[in-house]
This record gives sequence, structure tokens and C-alpha cells, in this order.
Amino acid sequence: MSVVEDRVAPPAAPPPRRPNRVLALLRNSWRQLTSMRTALVLLFLLAVAAIPGSILPQRDVNIENVEAYRRANPDLYPIIDRLGGFDVFASPWFSAIYVLLFVSLIGCIVPRLRDHVRALRAAPPAAPRRLDRLPQHAVLAAPAADPARIAAVLRKRRWRVVVRDGEVSAEKGYLKETGNLIFHFALIGVLFGVAFGSWYGWHGNRLLVAGPDTAFCNNLQQYAETGLGPRVDAADLPPFCLELTDFDARFLDTGQPSYFQASAKVDEAGGEPRDVEFSVNSPLRLDGASAYLLGHGYAPVIRYTDRLGRVQTSVAPFLTTDGNLTGEGVAAFPDVNIDPATGDRDPDQQMAFEGIYLPTAPDAPPYVRSVFPAERSPALMLIAYRGNLGLDAGIPSSVYVLDQRQVEAGKLKQIGEAKLMRPGESWTLDDGSTVEFVGTREFITLSVRYDPGERIVLVSSIVMLAGLMMSIFGKRRRIWFRTGPARPATPAVAGTEPPATASTTGGSSLMEAGGLPRTDYSGFADEFKQLVAAVERSEGKS
Amino acid sequence: MAALSDQLLVVSIMAYLVAMICHAVEFAFGDRSLVGRAAVRPAREPALVGAGAGGDQPAFEPPAVDEPAADRLDPPSSGRAALAGRIAVVLTVVAAVLHLGTLVTRGIAAERMPWGNMYEFVLAVTFVGIAAWLGLLLRRPGLRHLGLFMTLVMVLLLGVTGLVIYTPVGPLVPALDSYWFYVHISAIGLASGAFVLGIVPAVLYLLRNGYDQGKRGFPYSLAERVPAADVLERLTFRIHAFAFPLWTMGVIGGAIWAEASWGRYWGWDPKETWSFISWVIYAGYLHARATPSVKRKVATWIAIIGFLSMLMNLFGVNLFFEGLHSYA
Ligand code: HEM
Repeated sequence: MSVVEDRVAPPAAPPPRRPNRVLALLRNSWRQLTSMRTALVLLFLLAVAAIPGSILPQRDVNIENVEAYRRANPDLYPIIDRLGGFDVFASPWFSAIYVLLFVSLIGCIVPRLRDHVRALRAAPPAAPRRLDRLPQHAVLAAPAADPARIAAVLRKRRWRVVVRDGEVSAEKGYLKETGNLIFHFALIGVLFGVAFGSWYGWHGNRLLVAGPDTAFCNNLQQYAETGLGPRVDAADLPPFCLELTDFDARFLDTGQPSYFQASAKVDEAGGEPRDVEFSVNSPLRLDGASAYLLGHGYAPVIRYTDRLGRVQTSVAPFLTTDGNLTGEGVAAFPDVNIDPATGDRDPDQQMAFEGIYLPTAPDAPPYVRSVFPAERSPALMLIAYRGNLGLDAGIPSSVYVLDQRQVEAGKLKQIGEAKLMRPGESWTLDDGSTVEFVGTREFITLSVRYDPGERIVLVSSIVMLAGLMMSIFGKRRRIWFRTGPARPATPAVAGTEPPATASTTGGSSLMEAGGLPRTDYSGFADEFKQLVAAVERSEGKS
Repeated sequence: MAALSDQLLVVSIMAYLVAMICHAVEFAFGDRSLVGRAAVRPAREPALVGAGAGGDQPAFEPPAVDEPAADRLDPPSSGRAALAGRIAVVLTVVAAVLHLGTLVTRGIAAERMPWGNMYEFVLAVTFVGIAAWLGLLLRRPGLRHLGLFMTLVMVLLLGVTGLVIYTPVGPLVPALDSYWFYVHISAIGLASGAFVLGIVPAVLYLLRNGYDQGKRGFPYSLAERVPAADVLERLTFRIHAFAFPLWTMGVIGGAIWAEASWGRYWGWDPKETWSFISWVIYAGYLHARATPSVKRKVATWIAIIGFLSMLMNLFGVNLFFEGLHSYA
């Protein structure tokens, strides 16, 4: 690793003619900010700041866990929330760290880029006076080597060479610094891609039940949960419709899933409807969005015939609660028992069934947990409720659970005992109405996403990796060949040193070589030997 | 096959343990230790361990130091103690073969690559670590003393793995059945193995550094017979410089896989968060190493913190947090 000094002020900076305190302060702060030490501290802070993001539940990752945390720690929750503890990666303090880090980064690499461009154009420096003091040194067996020919040998090996009055200076490994700069610039690219994606991207999550009547079209209202970037408008979502035609899930005998495949019909704007298939790890790529299969479960089909003989059917997805796909949900029938004469709905005569669906019910009670994820012995445990479902109160409520407030207030009453039903079975309630468990349909959970920054991030990361490898495995090194008599030692310095004649340079017809690895490079001795040998060989040929 | 694999693991841990004891014997009774010095015999045996003994030194020759590195790298003890050391190396090889057997039988039992869950993954990572160590030893027999620490790390990691995160054999869940999964896991596995290997010279460097500064208390006294501080430090750096791009590649592969699997390339799931933390810390280490005003000792401490963050990712995240990585 090359020793890159912090960029310091030129050694003898002239005192400012008109001392400007503010300007000096600014300049000093900037120098501080762009120093390697500051970068180090900021990197460390960034790592530390990310830790709470893994310990506390994060809104962006799993909002339900945040809600659970709120319920479990009602006192602590508001404080942590105020501090941004549930949105660590969007919090002001996390942002401050990485913004500072990137400002420091830019302040650091722009001058380094300038220096590097300069170094790329400059000739390799002249040899030090004493080559035998360098880590590598050799006296050549070819005393009268021609500098031009040495230069040619080196150039062929892609060294950058300059010949100055009988002395050959060569340097190689500029790619190291180039790679380092590429790496740091690509980091900016990654950050930009992430930012771009969050501005212009959007996503929506929802369930999709198999069947033509449950197809959905891309539209914000159609999602259970959405996130739009600040630069995205609801009207910007690409138009397409998606119908789940089939879902194939296979399991091992242990219950572990082994295969998932969703078949669907897609209707994109400006094209014929087409059949597509997608699965975990191979999302459905649409024009302007991708759909990802995240999970699946069963939606029991429940047919209710009210006491007036009117039939209604509900296809309600039951959310899965475990790996064996036990489902919990509610089939609600708000519009039943409507008086045919008046057409009035009696809000106290609404019906709902709370249930647990077991794709494979155990052989004996209790029937609360499925024992296998596929439908080997399906059973539905239902509890019937009659009364006011509380849907008209205007309070948003989940479609997967009953409004417990209504139950507690006695407005919604359980009828009879829980009943276990097999597909095709019906159950006649106290008022003569019947409920039938018709069967199930598969549903999948989908995430539909568009992230225009993805490609930028990907390309930048790959460039970053390439730059990193160049930087880490690159080796900057210099080598010199000197022919003819050594330059006489400058008298001013000579006093402190042994006489020049003590050096191998002393002889007038010697030729010597010296090498200096500028980075940690273990193979340099070998390379140096080979180079010297190559030079000697080329001399031998002439 | 699965049961065989489990048994092989136990035997392999035992073999590492015995190897560790042999290393400890050499350590305690070698000719430069307190006990060994009393019984030192003048005859110095040539290095016998591995091929190419003593050769290939330039890799450790410090660029600007004149004194030859050779004598610092000779196998540091002789006589009966050295025999113990050599037995230790042989036992380590045996243990590594058994370790590999554990992996292979596991893979056969599951009919897939043996890194489909955290348990198998740690087995694979530690195998990479020990294989790298043996490779290193082959080229530089002089580092043999570090074997005590390497085997100690192996016994600890494998023991924890077998006890805490053991998982019965099973095939991959569909989410893991992806081309990118293999890229991701191989790169992360190799990098983690290298980081495991790298922690040994890092710790020894700190000990040796303290020893050189005159500290003779307990942990530092261990460093009496390890290679010179600058050799250890450079080894630490090389291993980390090798592992860091691999780790980067693994994280990128993981992001590509996450995009296909979960719809986003990065979502701050606990596992992702901790690999980010490790990445940043190791970047900090490389930075510190390149900053002249930061002492090597400080830089090495950063590497050790990086290693702790990696352990957190390998074990802690699976135990403490619930995330998308359905791995443990
Ligand atoms: C976003 C934060 C940063 C990250 C993740 C990062 C990462 C790295 C890594 C991994 C290396 C070592 C690999 C290599 O040699 O290329 C490195 C080297 C380097 N970084 Fe950074 N860096 C960051 C910011 C900065 C900043 C702000 C500065 C300037 C103050 C800086 C200056 C340098 C220098 C000079 C080297 C060269 C070390 C050498 O000589 O090999 N970096 N950086």
C-alpha cells in the first residue's frame, strides 16, 4: 500500500497578506474535513450508526414489528421514534454522517485526481544519488549497456521510461492510483444510484387470489401498501393488468417447500394479453415494473345463504401464520338479510365468519395448526358472528380480522360453537341460514417495484470492485539504470557520507541498477532480478 | 450419510483439539520458551515441515530492511518440542481432511452444495480458513507456531457451530435456489474464511507488539516465540487486502440475488446491515493502514473489530434478530 500522505499545505505557505479569520477558519475546516483521519472517523461512525438499524425494528423493513414494539414498550417508543430509531437509515444523523463522508470523499479525491493526472504526464523522477542504498540494487554484468536499449527492454514490459543523460528512470504501476480513484468515484456513483432510485422509484405490495374475478390492474388503490418516490406521481405508474391463473407449490415430506411457480395472464398497454410464468428468484419483468413473488397461501371460498335464501360467495385470503400455511382470516357478509320489501339493510343482521384454515388438519383435535403446507386433508374451522360489523363507523379496519371493539361492545355476537368443516360441507345456523365451505383458491403475495437507480448502482458497484482490485493488487515501483561514471557527490552533502568511491558506483565503467517498490510488494526482488537479467540478455545479443 | 457427516464433525473437532494440544506442547517446551531454554540442545534441525522449506522468502522480506528475514522465519524450535509441532501440523491436516469429509458427506446427504444453511456455511467458511492456513504453512513453515492460535480458533468456531446452530440435513428452499446464491455464498464464504485466517496474525501482532515494548504480563508472554511484529503485521494486511474485494464481491452478488428474490437489492435486513457494517469497518482498516499518521496498532485493532462484526453476522444475527435471511 502506498504511503499517501494527507494533503498538507505547501511547506512554506506564505503568510496571508490580509489575514482573514473567517477564510482561514473555513480553509482549515475544509482541510480537516478532507483529511484521511476524518474520513476514518466518519467511516467508523457510519458503522456504529448502522447498528441500531439492526437492533430496532425498522419501518421500511417490517412495519408490523415496529407496531409490535410500540405495544410492548409504550413508554420507550415515542422517545426512540423521536430520535429516528425506527427509520435509522433515513434519520438526520445517519444522513449527516454519510453526507459528510461523501463531501470529504469529493474534497479528497478531486485534488488527488488532479495530482494523478499530473503524475501520469510527468516523466519518472531522476535516480537518487546512491542506487546501492535502495531496497534493490545490482551491478550489471554488461558494463557498457546502451541506455536506449535498456529503455526499449523496459518499454516492452510496459514501463514508463525516460532517459536523461545516460541514466534510465522507469516507473510502473500507475494503475494502482488510477484504480483507487476509480474506486472512490464509483462510490459516489453507488450513492447517486441509490438516491436516484429512491426519488424516481415506487413499489406496491398486495395479495393476488387466483381467478379472473380477482385480477388487478396497476393503480395505487389496488395495493395494500405502497411507497412512491418524491418525484413519482400516481399517474406515472405503467398500466398493466395481472391475473393469477395458477399457482404450483410443491413440498418435501418434511414440509419444506421445494418448488414454486406462478402462472399468470398479463395485459400490458399496447399489447395482446400474454401468459407468463414467474417464481421466487425469477420475477416477472414488465415494462416499467417488476413483480416479485414473495409468499403464498389459501383463500377459502365460502358461500353463505341467508335466511331469505339469497346466496353470496366470499373468496377471502387467509393470512398464513406458519410454515405449514395455517391461515387465519375473516369472511364478512355485510349485505345479507336485506329485507326484500324495503331494501333496507339491518346493520345488526350482518354476518361474518372468523376462521382458521388448515391445508392439512391433524388427525385429532385441537384443529388449530396445519401439519403440512399442501392441501392433503383440508379443513376449515369457523366461528360464526352476527351483528354489526362496524364497517360503517368510518374507522379503517383490517379485512383479515374482526373488529374486536364490536365484539367487546356486544354488538357482534358469536353464534353457537366453532365448527370444523371439510370442503363441500355445509353448516346450518340457528336462523336457518347456511354456510358452505366450497373449497379454496391459491393466493400469492406480490411486490411490484420499479427502481430506475438499480442499473446505476449495479454498474457503479462493478466499476467499484474493478477499481478496488486494481488498487489493492496494483504495485507502484520505480527502477533506475545508470551507466558510465557516477555523478560526483555534491561537496555539501559528501561530508556526512562515506566517500563515493566506497560505493559500487565508484568505478567509471560500471553499470548499476536500483529498484524501489513504492507499495508493499513482496515479489519485487524477483521482478527486479528478472529485469536486470533481461537487460543483460539484450546486451549479450548485441 | 447425514449421521456420518455429524460424526465426522465431532472427530474433526477432536483432531483439531489434539493438534492444538501438540502445538501447545511445542509452544511450552520449545527451545525459546522458559522450559525449553533450560533443556535446549545446540543441534538445530533443518525445517522439515512441508515442501519448499525455507525457500520463497522474498514474500516476507520487508522492502527497505537490510537484515535477511530468513532467520526469523526458521521453524523456531527443535528437538522433541519440534516433533510435537510437526505432529500438530499432521493432525491439523488430518482434521482438515475430516472437516472436508463432513462437508462432502453433508453435501451428498442433501444432494446439493453443502452451504444451504448457516450451519453448513460456517463449516465451509472454517474449512476455507484452515485450508488457507495449511497452504500458507506449506510455503512458510516458519509460521508454524501460529498453528496454536489457528487450531484454537477452529475448535472454538466449530464447537459453537455444532452446538448452537446445528441444522438437520435438508434441501434448499426455493428462495436459495439461484445462480447468484452460489456466487454470493462462495464469495462471502471465501472472504469470511480469509478473515478468520487473518485474525490470527492480527492478534499475535498486537501481542508481539506489546511484548516488544517490554510488556511481559499474561497475554503478551504468549508472544515470546511468534514471528517478528512487522512480519505479522504485513501478513495481517495481505490477508485482509485479499479478503476485502472478495467480501465486496459477495455483498454485490447478494444484492443481485436479493433483487431477483425479494424485489430490492438492498433493504437493511439485519444480515444486510451487518455485512454493511463489516464492510465499512474493513474499509476503515485498509484506510487506516494507508494513513501514515495512524499507528499500525490502531489499524490492527480496527481489523479485530471488523472480525467481531463478522462473528456477529455469522452467529449473532441468526440468533438475535428475525430477518429475511431464512438461513439459520
Ligand atoms: C465513502 C467512504 C470511503 C470508503 C468506503 C473508502 C474505502 C477505501 C478503501 C477500501 C481503500 C483501500 C483500498 C484501496 O487501496 O483502494 C481506500 C483507500 C484510500 N482512500 Fe478511501 N474510502 C472512503 C473515503 C475516502 C476519503 C473521504 C478519503 C480522503 C480523505 C479517502 C482517501 C483514500 C486514500 C488516499 C486511499 C489510498 C490508500 C492507499 O494508498 O492505498 N477515502 N479507501
